[in-house]
Amino acid sequence: MSIGAPTEAPRWVTHALVPLINLALALIISGLLIFALGEDPFEAISILAYGAFGYPEAIGYTLYYTTNFIFTGLAVAIAFHCFLFNIGGEGQAYLGGLGAGVVGLAIGHWPSPIVLILGILAAAAFGGAWAFIPAWLQAKRGSHIVITTIMFNFIAAALMTYLMVEIFIEPGQQSAESRDFEAGAIMPFVHDILAQIGIDAGHSFLNLSFVLALICCVLFWFFVWRTRWGYEIRSVGQNESAAVYGGIMPSRAIILAMCISGGLAGLVGVNEILGVHHRLLLEFTAGYGFVGIAVALMGRNHPFGIFLAALLFGALYQGGQELAFDMPNINRDMVVVIQGLVILFSGALENMFRPRIEALFMRRARSAPAAAE
Amino acid sequence: MGENITFFVLMLDAMLRVSTPLILASFAGMFAERSGIVDIGLEGKMLGAAFAAASVALVTDSAWLGLLAGISVSVGLAMIHAFACVTHNGNQVVSGMALNILVAGLGPVLALAWFNQGSQTPMIADIARFKPIHLPFADKLRDVPVVGEVYSELISGHNIIVYLALGMVPLAAWFIYRTRFGLRLRAVGENPEAVDTAGISVTGMRYRAMIVCGILCGVAGTYLAIAMNTLFIRDMTAGMGYLALAALIFGKWKPLPTLLACFLFAFAQALEARLQGVDIPGIGIIPVQAIQALPYILTVLLLAGFVGKAIPPKASGVPYVKEK
Amino acid sequence: MAASDRGREASPPSGAAPPALEVIGIEKWFGTVHANSNVNVRVAPGTIHGIIGENGAGKSTLMSVVYGYYQADSGEIRVGGEPVQIKGPEHAIAAGIGMVHQHFMLVDTFTVLENIVLGVEGGRMLAPSLAAARSELQRLERDYNLEVNPDAIVGELPVGVQQRVEILKALYRGADILILDEPTGVLTPQEVDHLFRILAALREQGKTIILITHKLREIMALTDEVTVMRGGEVVAQVMTAETTREDLAAKMVGRSVLLRVEKGAAHPGAAFLEVADLCVNDHTGLARVKNVSFEVHAGEILGIAGVAGNGQSELMAALAGILPKKSGHILIKGEEIAGGTARGARNVRAAGVGHVPEDRQHMGLVTSFEACESGILGYHRDEKYNGRVLMDHTAIVADVGRQMEEYDVRPPLPRLRTGAFSGGNQQKIVLGREMDRDPDVLLVGQPTRGVDIGAIEFIHRRLVAMRDAGKALLLVSVELDEILSLSDRILVMFDGEIVGEVTQSEATEQALGLMMAGERQTPPQAPTSQENTP
Repeated sequence: MSIGAPTEAPRWVTHALVPLINLALALIISGLLIFALGEDPFEAISILAYGAFGYPEAIGYTLYYTTNFIFTGLAVAIAFHCFLFNIGGEGQAYLGGLGAGVVGLAIGHWPSPIVLILGILAAAAFGGAWAFIPAWLQAKRGSHIVITTIMFNFIAAALMTYLMVEIFIEPGQQSAESRDFEAGAIMPFVHDILAQIGIDAGHSFLNLSFVLALICCVLFWFFVWRTRWGYEIRSVGQNESAAVYGGIMPSRAIILAMCISGGLAGLVGVNEILGVHHRLLLEFTAGYGFVGIAVALMGRNHPFGIFLAALLFGALYQGGQELAFDMPNINRDMVVVIQGLVILFSGALENMFRPRIEALFMRRARSAPAAAE
Repeated sequence: MGENITFFVLMLDAMLRVSTPLILASFAGMFAERSGIVDIGLEGKMLGAAFAAASVALVTDSAWLGLLAGISVSVGLAMIHAFACVTHNGNQVVSGMALNILVAGLGPVLALAWFNQGSQTPMIADIARFKPIHLPFADKLRDVPVVGEVYSELISGHNIIVYLALGMVPLAAWFIYRTRFGLRLRAVGENPEAVDTAGISVTGMRYRAMIVCGILCGVAGTYLAIAMNTLFIRDMTAGMGYLALAALIFGKWKPLPTLLACFLFAFAQALEARLQGVDIPGIGIIPVQAIQALPYILTVLLLAGFVGKAIPPKASGVPYVKEK
Repeated sequence: MAASDRGREASPPSGAAPPALEVIGIEKWFGTVHANSNVNVRVAPGTIHGIIGENGAGKSTLMSVVYGYYQADSGEIRVGGEPVQIKGPEHAIAAGIGMVHQHFMLVDTFTVLENIVLGVEGGRMLAPSLAAARSELQRLERDYNLEVNPDAIVGELPVGVQQRVEILKALYRGADILILDEPTGVLTPQEVDHLFRILAALREQGKTIILITHKLREIMALTDEVTVMRGGEVVAQVMTAETTREDLAAKMVGRSVLLRVEKGAAHPGAAFLEVADLCVNDHTGLARVKNVSFEVHAGEILGIAGVAGNGQSELMAALAGILPKKSGHILIKGEEIAGGTARGARNVRAAGVGHVPEDRQHMGLVTSFEACESGILGYHRDEKYNGRVLMDHTAIVADVGRQMEEYDVRPPLPRLRTGAFSGGNQQKIVLGREMDRDPDVLLVGQPTRGVDIGAIEFIHRRLVAMRDAGKALLLVSVELDEILSLSDRILVMFDGEIVGEVTQSEATEQALGLMMAGERQTPPQAPTSQENTP
C-alpha cells in the first residue's frame, strides 16, 4: 500500500484503442445497414474514400468540412473541460457568421488583411457573446446550460431570419441574401494560392480558414494545458469543490469557458461567410454545430484527437456526397447515421465498453485501490 | 363582431391542430423527467415514429397499423435511451442527442431505400390516414351564431388523435396524481434513494416511465406523418421536440400548466401565420420572427427565475448510483 | 463469543422469549477494511438497545447489513428466533424491521401521507390507500404520541417532525423492530426530548428499538441494554443500569497502543490565529459552529477532538476561507481576513495560511490531474509557476517533483495521474504542497485518514518539525490517538461548541471520551450534571 503502483490502463488504450473500437462499432452497424439496403459495404467504403481523398478537389472539400468540424469540435471540447455541455454551437456559429458578415459588408473595401482579421475577431466576439448569456445564466442564476443553449439556437435562428429579411437583404432580391462582399473581405481560396505556385488543385471551398483552424488547435492545447485560465477551467470541470478550495471562482471559469466555446463556434462563420459564400445568407451552419459533439467525444476533448475526428467527419461528409451519387440506394444522410452512432457509442454508452476494455489492460497493483477510505 | 368571432374560432382551430403533437410530446417528456430522466430525444422519437407510421401506413393501407408501428419504433428508441442512461448511467443529454441525430439520418436513408423518392415517402392515400371526424349535427349547427360556429369549426372536424391527445391530458394527470404508479413515478424523480429504501426498484420505475414516454412520442410522430400531413419529410419535426421540452419547463412539469403552455406556444404559431405583414394600429408590424422566438425567450426567462421559477424534479438528469 | 454470552445473562426477564433480533458472527469487508468482525448482538424484545461507538466502529455497517443494503460476507441474522435472509430493504420490511436513517429518506415535495404509503400502497389506486393510511395514522398518533399533520408538505416541516414521519413510515409498514441511526444529530434539545418520549411510548407498546449513537447521555437516559463497538468488533454488551458513563467511555475509546510521537515541550509564542465568537452555518443554513473562540500560538499544535459531524469540518472550512462565517472574527497574525467570499480561499492563502483539507479526494486534489497539477492547486497563480501568458510547465514539474522527493511520495513521478497514487502518497502530495510554502499557520484536517502506518509516522514527524520551527498548527482529527500524541493543547468540540480544553499532559482518553460524547467539562469533584445540554 505504501508504493503507489499505478492502477490504470495505459494511455494508448484510453485515448486510442477505446475511441477506435467505438468508431469501429459505429461503422460496423452502418455497414450492416448498407448491406441491408442492398449495397456492398466494402464498395461503399472504397467509394467513400475515393470521394474524400481520391483527387485534389475532393481533398479540398474534405478539408473544408474538416475546418468547420475543428471549430465546432473545439467549441464543444472546451466546454466539456469545464463540465458544461454546450449544445448551442449551432446558434453561436450562426451569430459568428453575422459578425463576420457585418465586417465584410461594412469595410469590405479596406485592405484585405485588416478586414479579415477584424472579421475573425468579430465572428469570435459575436459567437462568444451569444454563449455568454447562457453561461452567465448558468453561473449566476443556475439555469441549466443545456436547455438554455438549445433555446438560444432557436432564438438565433429567428433573429437571423429577421435580420436577413428585414435588414441585410439586397433590395430587389427574392432570397434573403445580402449583397456580395467587396474583395477585401474575401478569405483566399487555397486552390488560388496553389495556382500561383503552379499547382492545380481544382476548385473547392477550401480556404485559409483551414489554417486558422489548425492554429486554433495549437492555441487550444496551450490554453487548456499551459495557462492558469485553462488550469482553472479544468479544475472546476473535474472537481468543483477542489477548485473552490484552491481559490478558484467557478462562475468565472464557467463564463470564460463558454465564451471561448462560443467564440470557436463563431469561427465557422469565418469559413462559411468570408471563406465560401462571400455574402450573408441563411442557414449556412447546416448542423455543423451538432457534428462538433461527435467530434469532441471521439477526439476525447484533445485538439489532436479533435483534428483527427474532424478529418474523419470531413471525409465522411465529402465522401458521402460521392457515395450518394454512385449508389442509388444511399443518400448522404448515411453520414448523419454514422454521426449519431458515434455519439451513441463514444458518448452515451461509454460506460458499457470502456471499463471492460481498460480492465483488460490494467496494470494492477497488488495493493488496495488508492481510495482507501 | 361576427367576423372577429370567426377569426378567433379559426385561430383556435389552428391552435388545436398545431398543439396536438406538442401536447403529446411534452407529456411524454413529463413522464420521463418526473422519473428523473432528462429526455432531449423527444424530437428523435417523434421523427422516428413519423417515419415508421408513414412507411407502414403506405404499405398496409392502415392508419392504425401505422400508429402501432410509430409507437413501436418510438418505444424502441426510448428503450435505447433507458439502456444507456439507466442501466449504464450514461450521460442523458449525450444519449438524447445521439438518438436525435441517428434518427435524423436514418429516416431519409431508409426513405430513399424503400420508396426511392428522395428523402421522403410518397404521398399517403386518405384511406391510410387519420381523417377529420365530423361530430353529429356539425353541419346543421353551422349557422347558429357563436355556439354553432364553435361547435362545427372548433370542436368538430379533427382527427382522432387530436381528441386522443386532449383526452390523454386528464388521464395523464390522473395517472400521475391518483395512482400508485404516479406516486412512485414522482418519488423516483425527486428522491430515488427514498424509493430504493422503500423496496421499489428505481431502475424498473425509470424503464416504465420511458415506455410511457415512448408511447406518447410515438403517437405524436404518427400524427405528424399520417394525420396532420400526408407523408414523411426529412426533419419534419422541425424542432417541435425541443419546443415540447420548453413547454414542459414552462408548465413547471405539471399537467395543466404544461397543457396551457402548449396551447400558448401553438397559439403563437397560429398567430404568426395570421400576423405576417399585418399592420396593427398603434403597434405597427410585429416581426413574425419575434413571435417565433417568443416561446424560447419566455422559457429562458423562466429558467433564470426572472419570470416565476421553474424547479425541475430534483433527481432529473442524475443517474442513480447506490451509495456504498 | 464472550459478548453474546454476557448478553444472554444480562437479558431482561425474557424467560423463554427469543431475542427480537439476533446477529451471529457477522463479517463484512470493504476492500481491505474489516468493517465488521465476528459481530454478535442479541436484542431482547420490548427493549431499547443502544449501540455506541466512535466513528468507523462499524455500527452503521452492521445496521446496513441488517436492513439489507449490504450483504454480510458471512454470518446469520435471526428475527424472533427464526433465521432470515435479508437481501434488500424489502426483505427487512417484510421481516418487521424498520429503519430511520440519519439522512431522511423522504420525498420533500410529497405530503406526509404520500410519503408514508410510498411502497406499501396496497392497490393500484391511491385514494383508498391514502384513506387507509389516514385512519391508521390516527391510531398511531393516539398510541404513540406522534402528532403530525398528514396533509403537510414534508419539505416544509421542521426536521424533528420529518423524523416523526420517518418513524411513522416504519410503523405503518408494521415494523416491530425500529432502528434509529444517530437520530438526534439534527434535532434541537426540545425535539430530542420529544423523540425520547416517543421512543419510550413505543417500548411500552412492545416495540423493540435499536438506537445507534455516539452520545453517552442518550445511552444512559434511554436504553435498557447497550452494545459497545470498536474497530468493527463488539467489545461489550451490558445492561445500562449496571454500567457507568466512565466505563462505557473507556470501552468505546479502548486501550489501543498509542502512537507516541517524539517531541519536546512546546514553546508557544505570539498568537498567530485568533478566533473569537465564531458562528458558521452550513450551506443548508443549519448552525454548525456556535460561538467558538480560541487562539493558536506560534510553536504549538492545537488539537480539536470530537466525533465527526460536530462542527469541526465547518470550522475548518470557515478558517480556510471557503465557507462564509455568520458572525465573529478570524484574525491571522492580528489581521482580519475576508473569507467566504468568491476568492476567500485565495485571500487566506495569501495571508500565510496552509490548509490540508479533511477530504483530500473531494477537496485537496483533483484525482484526474497529473500529480504536478494537483501539486500546485491553490498556488497556480504563483509567480514561480507562471510566465507572462503561459505557465512554466518545466518549473512546475521540477518544483512538484522536488516536493514529492522531499515528502517521500512514492513513486516520485510528477507526471503520474494523481488518482493512481495510494491514499498515503496522495496525502503526502497535499502536505508537501501546503507545507512547502512555509506558512505561519497550518490547518490540518484528518492528516492520516486512510494512510498506512509508515506514512502516518512520516506525516506526524513533519507536523512536529513544523511546530518546532515556530509555526502555529491547528489539527482536527476524529482519531483520538492522533490528537493525544500530537497536540500540545486539546479542545473538544461537541454540537458546534467547545465543551472543554485540556493540555496534553493532563489529557486522558477517558476524560476526552466523555467530552466527545457530550459531557461538558466540569470542575473536579463536581457531580456529573444531568442537564448539561440546555
